[in-house]
Amino acid sequence: MFPFCFEWAWDISHLVFMGGLWYALSIIGAGMTFAIVKTIFDCSGGHDNQDHGHH
Amino acid sequence: MNETPLIPAGVKRCSKWQFSLWMAVVTAVLLWGVYAMYLIWYKGLNQTNMNDAYGFALWIWADLAVIALGGGAFFSGFLTYIVGKNELKNIINLAVVIGFICYSSALLILAIDIGQPLRGWFIFWHANVHSMLTEVAFCLSCYFAVLTIEFIPLILENPKLDKKPFWHHLSHNMHGIMAIFAATGVFLSFFHQGSLGGVAGVLYGRPFAFREHIFIWPFTFFLFTWSAAAYGPCFTILVTKITEMITRKKLVKDSAIHLFAKISGWMIITYIIAKSIDTIYWAFVTAPGMGFTLMDFYASSTYNIGLLFAEIVICGFIPGLILITKRGRENSFLLMSAIILGVIGVSLNRWVMVLQVMAVPVFSFNEWYTYMPSWQEVATTVLPVAYGLIVISLAHRYLPVFPQEKELNPID
Repeated sequence: MFPFCFEWAWDISHLVFMGGLWYALSIIGAGMTFAIVKTIFDCSGGHDNQDHGHH
Repeated sequence: MNETPLIPAGVKRCSKWQFSLWMAVVTAVLLWGVYAMYLIWYKGLNQTNMNDAYGFALWIWADLAVIALGGGAFFSGFLTYIVGKNELKNIINLAVVIGFICYSSALLILAIDIGQPLRGWFIFWHANVHSMLTEVAFCLSCYFAVLTIEFIPLILENPKLDKKPFWHHLSHNMHGIMAIFAATGVFLSFFHQGSLGGVAGVLYGRPFAFREHIFIWPFTFFLFTWSAAAYGPCFTILVTKITEMITRKKLVKDSAIHLFAKISGWMIITYIIAKSIDTIYWAFVTAPGMGFTLMDFYASSTYNIGLLFAEIVICGFIPGLILITKRGRENSFLLMSAIILGVIGVSLNRWVMVLQVMAVPVFSFNEWYTYMPSWQEVATTVLPVAYGLIVISLAHRYLPVFPQEKELNPID
């Protein structure tokens, strides 16, 4: 639900519930965007050796 | 098809026909559940034995139980990435796979339970912002996204995928920011685990479930989060041990298992003390204030006082005491007993907080409600088990789920 929906009310319940949802989705989206963009840069920059481990 | 390039290097797996046979058996069970799911979606909720008097049934218990058992994922993520217990990196992959299975199963159960899955998005778009279950739905969906993100790097470590530079770098970069996702997972888990308990605790019309509050949160809010963090690791250890038994291989060093078991033990002991205090206050203050005595809630042959004893003493204090002692953890029989009791304990707690709440008579003219699930309910509850077995089998065969496997099982 977004503030432009007819059901929306500017009260604490909507702000806390929907704000929490958008906040969590923003972090998840920003994290994945960062990982994908960095990967594209890594690949285009020629850093394609596979020697560095993950753990 | 030659599957050797798909299997991680340096590890041994069973033959293809053995694996195919096992998968065929589990898939048959899965298809039974899928058929029942189809019936429920096609014909409606009349395929179940739920009714207006008994609206929370086997599914909701299964839903709450898998969410609690999947708690090992957020708690191991918290311990590894935030507290810095690096030893747990040897078991966290499995915890993530289990969490992924548990939460996808929970969402599947909810999709079946709402009866009309095409309207599932209503909960996001037409959200009831006064409902704890709305918060549960939000957090559950977001946390499932987090678990998927945590699972992806493991999938990308499959030898075939890892050869592609894009997937290799993506896996590496996702590992690099995993602490952010782990912290988000802890935040989301705290609230949805708690709100599932809160749903029972705010039912002032059902004195068996109702509890006192701290601000807007009933005690059950905190107890549910606490118990998921305490007992979730037991399930992760149990699955590890079962996998070791089936594959006849040591997959995780004892140091990691014992550390996880020790932390779980302390969490169980502190939880069960808090649970005991809550139960005593409820039995002697809250319930009498609403006109009930403790034994009113346990006056049925099915729901007798033995259930409370089993939950708190047999499946609470006993596994907790075993796991906090070094000798208990290092004795394989006692360790197995403790983790099995722990898994039963948290499942029993969710059973009581869902099914017994509905069964206890509220008015003097009510009888105890007896409920038997239909075969469709049983089949759709077994469905996630079969699905979980398939995912774990595939993950173990094709992905480096256990980082210590090569070292512990060198191939000559």
